[in-house]
Amino acid sequence: MRISEKWLREWVNPEVSTDVLAEQLTMAGLEVDAVEVFGDELSGVVVGEIVKAEQHPDADKLRVCEVNVDGEENLQIICGAPNARAGLKVAVATIGTILPGDFKIKKAKLRGVASFGMLCSEKELQLSEESDGIMELNEDAPVGQQLVDYLDLKDTVIEVDLTPNRGDCLGMRGIAREVGVLNSTQVDEPECKSVAPTIDDKFSIELESPEACPRYVGRVIKGINLNSKTPAWMKQRLERAGVRAIDPSVDITNYVLLELGHPMHAFDLNQLEGGIKVRFAKPGEKLVLLDGKEVELSNDTLMIADHKKCLAIAGVMGGEHSGISPETTDILLEAAFFQPIALAGKARSYGLHTDASHRFERGVDYQLQLQAMERATQLLIDICGGQAGPVLDICSQEHMPTKAPIELRRERVEKLLGIKIGDQQIEDILTRLGMSLTPNDSGWSVTVPSYRFDISIEEDLIEELVRVYGYNNVPSQIPRNEMKMVNQPEHKVRKSQVRNLLVARGYQEAITYSFGEPELQQAINPEVPSIELLNPISSELSVMRTSQWPALIKAAEYNFNRQQERVKLFEIGLRFENYENGLKQIPTISAVIGGSLADESWEGKSRPVDFYDLKGDLESLLKLTVNSGSYLFKLESHPSLHPGQSARIYQSDKSIGWVGKLHPNKKKLLGLEQDLYLFELDLDAIINRKLPKFAELSRYPSIRRDLAVVVDEQVEVAQLIDLIRQTAGNLLKHINIFDIYRGEGVGSGRKSVALALILQHAKRTLKDAEVSAVVDRTVKQLETQLGAVLRD
Amino acid sequence: MSSLENLIADGKKAVEQSENLHALEQVKVEFLGKKGLITSQMKQLGALPKEERPAFGQKVNVAKQEVQQAIDARREVLENERIAEQLEKESIDVTLPGRQSDVGGIHPVNRTLERIEEYFAQIGFSVEEGPEIEDDYHNFEALNIPGHHPARAMHDTFYFSESLLLRTHTSPVQIRTMEKQKPPVRIIAPGRVYRCDSDLTHTPMFHQVEGLLVDEKTSFADLKGVLDEFLKNFFEKDLAVRFRPSYFPFTEPSAEVDIQCVMCGGDGCRVCSHTGWLEILGCGMVHPNVLKSVGIDSEKYSGYAFGMGVERLTMLRYGVNDLRLFFENDLTFLKQFN
Repeated sequence: MRISEKWLREWVNPEVSTDVLAEQLTMAGLEVDAVEVFGDELSGVVVGEIVKAEQHPDADKLRVCEVNVDGEENLQIICGAPNARAGLKVAVATIGTILPGDFKIKKAKLRGVASFGMLCSEKELQLSEESDGIMELNEDAPVGQQLVDYLDLKDTVIEVDLTPNRGDCLGMRGIAREVGVLNSTQVDEPECKSVAPTIDDKFSIELESPEACPRYVGRVIKGINLNSKTPAWMKQRLERAGVRAIDPSVDITNYVLLELGHPMHAFDLNQLEGGIKVRFAKPGEKLVLLDGKEVELSNDTLMIADHKKCLAIAGVMGGEHSGISPETTDILLEAAFFQPIALAGKARSYGLHTDASHRFERGVDYQLQLQAMERATQLLIDICGGQAGPVLDICSQEHMPTKAPIELRRERVEKLLGIKIGDQQIEDILTRLGMSLTPNDSGWSVTVPSYRFDISIEEDLIEELVRVYGYNNVPSQIPRNEMKMVNQPEHKVRKSQVRNLLVARGYQEAITYSFGEPELQQAINPEVPSIELLNPISSELSVMRTSQWPALIKAAEYNFNRQQERVKLFEIGLRFENYENGLKQIPTISAVIGGSLADESWEGKSRPVDFYDLKGDLESLLKLTVNSGSYLFKLESHPSLHPGQSARIYQSDKSIGWVGKLHPNKKKLLGLEQDLYLFELDLDAIINRKLPKFAELSRYPSIRRDLAVVVDEQVEVAQLIDLIRQTAGNLLKHINIFDIYRGEGVGSGRKSVALALILQHAKRTLKDAEVSAVVDRTVKQLETQLGAVLRD
Repeated sequence: MSSLENLIADGKKAVEQSENLHALEQVKVEFLGKKGLITSQMKQLGALPKEERPAFGQKVNVAKQEVQQAIDARREVLENERIAEQLEKESIDVTLPGRQSDVGGIHPVNRTLERIEEYFAQIGFSVEEGPEIEDDYHNFEALNIPGHHPARAMHDTFYFSESLLLRTHTSPVQIRTMEKQKPPVRIIAPGRVYRCDSDLTHTPMFHQVEGLLVDEKTSFADLKGVLDEFLKNFFEKDLAVRFRPSYFPFTEPSAEVDIQCVMCGGDGCRVCSHTGWLEILGCGMVHPNVLKSVGIDSEKYSGYAFGMGVERLTMLRYGVNDLRLFFENDLTFLKQFN
């Protein structure tokens, strides 16, 4: 809502400055977004009188004028307008004035003659869009007066951002009421006389759905002239409010809308057939709207129809056919009450949003229709002439809203707000708000005025009370609650631990959008079904991610393109898998690395990262669970991973993620220059950790035995380790792989794996023979099961 | 001078002339070894009369001791020299940078979230999370925003179907928590939220933290106290805080909270649109309809809720001037928060 302060002060005029007024509104919940000052840009423009106007000696179209601006001497001003003539009162921009459009008036010479200012047109002053010659002021305009003062152009527009509950403030009347409440100042509503009918013409009006439209006030007005001009004062108020002036009938209904907050509509009487019916649309009914668009109406749409056709979507927009045209002389004016619930969401369902629908959805005072009708009639007849018929007030009283009294309890006020407000103050505030109070034992029984659709329960009243009392007058109170501790389960790995671990290992945390490009997702993760948005921002952000990889790959690329040598990123978020048996939202942790392992240093260049760098980081993550032995890595192929460098991760037979190198094909497809390594893991798989459990310390030395075995390339180290663990028994404490060798002496297709076995007994020193027995047994198993050969 | 005295003098001289530990060792063998020049003087013992033997023996021993002392002294000198030489050789340029291993950092948004979580954990709020793809009921209906409520238009919702959507706020977590937990409830709910809006100051995804407390005794004055305390702690400044009436369907009374602009100290600047105030969060007392929707008796219990935008808090805390930076994941940006 844009509110002209000048207009507002005609209604209510508290002794406070504009700034204080704006502050008051903001602090009462009518948030002021901006305060715009009008008239300042014309300072320096004064009323002048052309004393003499003579032909310029060197230019046919220019005149040399002598202008009296009540200064020390008359000004010589060159003017090109044909209407510049002696005796005319004009608007003079004096030297130094900056006109709209940053046009500075300077002393100038035109064809050899000096000019000390400018005679302005209305267009140059931005008082109209077009103008023909300079502005002609009335003869009685006082010479020397500032033009803004003479034309009364000074004003301030206060722009208020209204919350959806305050439909009552969508008009000057409501704002004025509010200002009156806040300042305890009398509100003077402009006098609105009822216009006595001068003709008898009536029109049939039927309410077929009174539960949605319980009241319809109509009036026939005949013989109006729509070619008359909307008066300047009305135009100015409309424009200040941000409404474009169109023609007198539209301007007048818009003016009533801005003044009283009541939307109205005017039909061309001669286009109506039979009578008005307010009813719900029938299936398939269509209507061409005022904006020329044809819509098919759904049967829950309330409409205004005549006996033959649709005329308008009730409370939203009129139809083209029955609307006013410049030739219209007879009209039917409408001021109806529609139930907010009947209109809720209707405009939006047709892609519409109008000043009328905005107000009706929020609720329009159901006692305002007659006043709006009288006001509009009066303005119409004043401006366009014509004869008014009697007011037709069709009302289904039983369907009109009723305001049952609301009980307000003293004790409840105190409980909810945490302060005690005195009875007298409560009564004063609520009465100022237009409520009527009947005291009772526990508090009051309160009746709410017809324009407050937002107040229906006790809490609503308490909010109103504290709003006017002042939120800032409620003390801030440090609550004294039970000092109850929050359970912090020790067996849970916290997200912050996961983050801190990766951060310590050099990772930067990323946050990418949860939705992305379908093509990219298809390329990276083709096998998982996804869920798509119906109304995405763009096609690049249209499908929910089934993996965090696509966005992380993009982020890595973004950074490599910006001269980063190395990228290590991780993200924690949800991924969305849309299988037929249900949508799953899975907490996920993913990472991408690429580039060099470390910065180039004085020791030389670092090597590029590889699979084992990433796997090492991943393994430390698993170690957070103190149960890393429960995870398995198996060579399996993933559509976007290198088939020889990709592992699926299992936790007791359940797949929980993937790790690997980005497939060269994908790298090519995405135009990447760097090799990338990725992992993705279900966060829930690492969320539980084992609690520490004490084990007796062994005071006896451990024995290390080294083994080097040659096996086929296909034999995985994990197989060797598993077999050794099974065979060696519980003396084996640890296995370490300390060398892998391929090449001379080993044979092609084979590799040598060097392992250190650490053995220890809890209760005594191990004997040589025991150790040898374990080693021999192990070697034998490796030989028979995995074809291993002990290397000399 | 006896030959023994000559030997001592020769020995000492040889010791003095030893250039290194090895040479010194040679000298030791030459004079004091089993067959050394001084040691072998003992052989003369047998040729002496019995009564002279002890005196001579002692003389030889003294001679041995004297040479030994000279050797020890020289050894110490030589060893010190050797250490000095070694230290010289091992000296390095300590100003060269150490071997680096990167330390990364958490995302600034999560940095802020963790701070918020810590502050509220101190006063007994636990962290709850909820789904991001929500149903209409939890995101709207249960929060007192029925089908055609005008407030829905403010939400710019992303839809998957008529009843399935991306949550527009973290408030559904309030409902989900109260559905499974009876009062007292004291939670905060951080997370991603989505609105169909994208321009200089809006991203289609952003983060919120929701707070909810429901108990038998709690009031608007408590809410003011908690938020006042939080904001002063979060910005580590004794900021002016003001509460303005506002409207949210799920709270009543509702308030928006402004803080004195942290950029200009309230004097007015571009960031606060020259008002001196920054809108920082929304809050209010839980609407009775919300309590009703989860079966909590609003006569017995009352509660308050608040919600804040994490990106905005982060921008104000660290002076970030462009919201979109949070989701570009540019390392030069992210590393500023390490």
